[in-house]
Amino acid sequence: MSLFDLTACEQLAELASGRTTSVELTQACLAQIDAHDSQVGAFLHVDRAGALAAAERIDARRQAGQALGQLAGLPVAVKDVLCTQGMPTTCGSRMLEHFRPPYNATVVDRLHTADAVLIGKTNMDEFAMGGSTENSAFQATHNPWALDHTAGGSSGGAAACVAAGMVNLSIGSDTGGSIRQPAAHCGVTGLKPSYGRVSRYGLVAFASSLDQVGPLARTAEDVALLLGAVAGHDPRDSTSANRPADEYLAQIAQPLTGLRLGVVREHFAEGLDPAVQRSVREALTVYKSLGAQVSEISLPHSKYAVATYYVIAPSEASSNLARYDGVHYGYRTDEQAMLTELESQRARLEAAGDEQGLAELDSALVRMYRRSRAEGFGPEVKRRIMLGTYALSAGYYDAYYLKALKVRRLIRQDYDAAFRDVDLLVGPVSPTPAFRLGELTDDPLSMYLVDLYTASANLAGVAGLSLPCGQSNGLPIGLQLQAPPFAEARLLRAAHMFQQATDWHAQRPALCSSS
Amino acid sequence: MSISPEQVLKVSRLARLELSDDELATMTAQLSQVVDYVDQLSELNTDDVVPMAHALDLTNVFVVDQVAESLERSQALANAPHADGECYLVPAVMGD
Amino acid sequence: MSEPYTMVVGLEVHVQLATASKLFCRCSTRFGAEPNTQTCPLCIGLPGALPVMNREAYELGLKAALGLNLEIPRFTKWDRKSYYYPDLPKGYQISQYDLPMSQNGYLEIRDPKGRFETRRIGINRAHLEEDAGKSLHDEAGAVADSRIDLNRCGTPLLEIVSEPDIRSPFEAKAYLSELKLLLTFLNVSDCNMQEGSLRVDANVNLHIDGPDGQVATPIVEVKNMNSFRAVERALTYEAARQYDAWQETGQAKGDVPKQTRGWDDTAGVTHGMRHKEESSDYPYFPDPDLVPVTVTDEEIEQVRQSLGALPAALRDRLQTEFGLSDYDSDVIVGQGPALVEYYLDLAQATGDGKLASNWVQQDVMRYLNDQAIAVADYPVRPDQLAELLTKVKVGELDTSRGRQVLEHMLAAGGTAAEAVEHLGIKQVDAGEEVELCRELLAANPQIVADLQAGKLKAAGALIGMAKKTNPNVNPGRVREIAIELANQWDT
Repeated sequence: MSLFDLTACEQLAELASGRTTSVELTQACLAQIDAHDSQVGAFLHVDRAGALAAAERIDARRQAGQALGQLAGLPVAVKDVLCTQGMPTTCGSRMLEHFRPPYNATVVDRLHTADAVLIGKTNMDEFAMGGSTENSAFQATHNPWALDHTAGGSSGGAAACVAAGMVNLSIGSDTGGSIRQPAAHCGVTGLKPSYGRVSRYGLVAFASSLDQVGPLARTAEDVALLLGAVAGHDPRDSTSANRPADEYLAQIAQPLTGLRLGVVREHFAEGLDPAVQRSVREALTVYKSLGAQVSEISLPHSKYAVATYYVIAPSEASSNLARYDGVHYGYRTDEQAMLTELESQRARLEAAGDEQGLAELDSALVRMYRRSRAEGFGPEVKRRIMLGTYALSAGYYDAYYLKALKVRRLIRQDYDAAFRDVDLLVGPVSPTPAFRLGELTDDPLSMYLVDLYTASANLAGVAGLSLPCGQSNGLPIGLQLQAPPFAEARLLRAAHMFQQATDWHAQRPALCSSS
Repeated sequence: MSISPEQVLKVSRLARLELSDDELATMTAQLSQVVDYVDQLSELNTDDVVPMAHALDLTNVFVVDQVAESLERSQALANAPHADGECYLVPAVMGD
Repeated sequence: MSEPYTMVVGLEVHVQLATASKLFCRCSTRFGAEPNTQTCPLCIGLPGALPVMNREAYELGLKAALGLNLEIPRFTKWDRKSYYYPDLPKGYQISQYDLPMSQNGYLEIRDPKGRFETRRIGINRAHLEEDAGKSLHDEAGAVADSRIDLNRCGTPLLEIVSEPDIRSPFEAKAYLSELKLLLTFLNVSDCNMQEGSLRVDANVNLHIDGPDGQVATPIVEVKNMNSFRAVERALTYEAARQYDAWQETGQAKGDVPKQTRGWDDTAGVTHGMRHKEESSDYPYFPDPDLVPVTVTDEEIEQVRQSLGALPAALRDRLQTEFGLSDYDSDVIVGQGPALVEYYLDLAQATGDGKLASNWVQQDVMRYLNDQAIAVADYPVRPDQLAELLTKVKVGELDTSRGRQVLEHMLAAGGTAAEAVEHLGIKQVDAGEEVELCRELLAANPQIVADLQAGKLKAAGALIGMAKKTNPNVNPGRVREIAIELANQWDT
């Protein structure tokens, strides 16, 4: 059996017994990246030297009999939305192309503390805005199952690198479905933790009240392993929950007896691809065979989730992204060219005696801001900044932003009511399997609707998990499980039960076996 | 169109974004489409609903007033597009 | 007031709270550091950095609010106020909008010289917010770049917004002085205007009685006033300017948008300023990175108990308990808590509030001013000074001898008794003094005649002679004895 066939948990056992080393694992990852990433485009930055050096250090410590962290020697990929000290952190944006943070995100610190090997930074939609990873300023990520399809997004690189066997453990972020949807499209397991479960410190903010960092891996066990290493209270994040993380991995094999699953009625409405529908129904049969009670349940306001989400997320984003102005860091327009142009404009207006034009002419500073932001941001980011600025602006605040906050409360109340009757909610992750690259790029609204089943978990702050439950035309299909806040352990146990009974999670794309 | 090009232009100024004429036209159409979709929220009566700004109900998260080390100035300025070793530099701020 | 209008002023005061670290990060708030040496990812607005609230800043805010008689809502939250400026790296300022930490209070202002009636100035609200950085502009004003120093970013401020209850530049100054005094007593801020720990903006307009009823002129916000004196001058100027402008244009409030004008202290004028941002177009929104603060009745009561004696109550006490005049109590309280404490110790130990007040004002305060030192550094402790004052009170020493003793104590240390001994001051026996007066009167018949004729000034000459003979005589007693002897003199 090659290293490539092992899960992270199995690799830990191999490392502990001395049958392999962290350097060997890291080299195997790098070899897989070398073999396939030119086609997949999962990584924006591979820290070859740093990863090997870290692996050597960990191997040496193991040799010396020193105590090691819970991920000791395992390579981990990190979405390029998390700050890594001295290493590029671009967020998929031209704006941060040359940015090197002077500090680490808490999650990155915890990975180091757990003795993980940080192998590189994965591709993403710019500032995590998108559902296809086509909005990256640097490259599109291709789906390892079908290279002409998207990997989903925004954590497309994070999901694709796992699917392509480049790494077993991967960190993503999820604001409206950005872990779960690419996990579904790439046939891997991904968890969006409850809001407050994982620190946001050092996570480049998209929509602060919705953003969560979470793990992706092939199996629920590996997801539990990685979550256990990064979850927990962080005093540097005011919105972090002050309660200890559970023993996710230790508990995962305990079966859930009398599990009550609620099938979300609204998630089987029009627009759901029949193949996805079929796979989800089959998954329910599997759960029934495992002793679960399945009942139908309603989240009456879920049809408003996308509309609510596309007010709140852009509003917060417009404020969070105001900082990218080319003054203290990040992209700045060519100042000389800008000043020269501004002067000639002024001269023209003066010659024409255009008082109005002169009054409206930008100052050098304002022009620098506007030009730097126009050149540094891609179209989707600009759209969301515009949308958010509009929703927060005078005269629209109550009708859009405040209204959305109220509907958000109704969505949360739906969940509270549902979880009084069932333990977990179950349904599809995405209405369709992965779509083709370029298919939705000119149609923002359709792209937004891919968040239909996922955005409400972020609005409500509950936990959500995506796991492979079928395939259609060679493309994976994901099953979504949702749990009440801080019931990640329950979510992972339920996912593990399913994976013990099925082998969808063990399927590998053809691309992998060609190595 | 639920949003006019003039509104889009005004919002672009508030957002400190420069838009080309083409971008303005595309943006106007796309924002209108999204805003029309979002308008479905007005169907709901939310008179008695308390707005929900946070996903988690937390209060009183404080730290003790104790000075910790700041960044070295060189680190602070390391990512600056334009700096003189002491300060960040920007085109002259005039009139204020 | 002879002006044909009423002036209406509201003041917005920003005070820096006396914390060691910033409002939402742990960088130092120390003044005067090299540019950009007190910043962290949050101060620079780096992506991913998150704010966490400084407990001390909240508690200082609470103290100030209670001192200003403000109501404390049990729930308060944080909002982002958006605008673009290079000294505001996040693109928004964390502040409080619709649910401030305190509201509806007042500050009583008074003038011991009676130039205006004692009255309450309403305080609309006081809320916490973070400061921005500093833009350093090229003085030469050439095309050069502006330089940005972010050390101040995130420094905790309390913004105290008065109601438009102030009616004159003089009242504005009184309000500011009283506010500063109160905050100093509370140890909430050092209120140092030179270092920017107290800043004032004013909203001003006039209510003019015209033939068709009252007219209000457009409200103007005046900025850049760097001292209380500057506030007084700027408001005086602005009132005159607005009246002239109204006579010229007839423009009333609502005819033109609110204007911002900067005070030029050298030229003594205000001039129009450009707006940074149409802030009304871009409202606040709740900061998702920070959680609300709740406070209980017990916590509020606990802080209230910790406030200590505040200026208004102390003035009352000095007047009722120690018999000081309005003016004297105002002067002493106006010097701040340390001097008040010194005074109270002294007055209690001597049992004579007025005597203590005289010595504190004439001797202690003068020395502190001359030496530019704080009360804590004054070399003579209140109990030591009390010993001296007791000697003066019982007539062992006259005032000028007492001053000599104090000077010696200041220079050489030690107790009043030691100083008296060192200076060779001895108590002169009353019989000795009578004998001395008799001799001197006998030698100076003219003085006797003058005293008999009621020309009491003549006693001065006699006292001079007596002191020459024996420097330890008590001039007051010599005077009494001389007058008495002269009246019984048989010539």
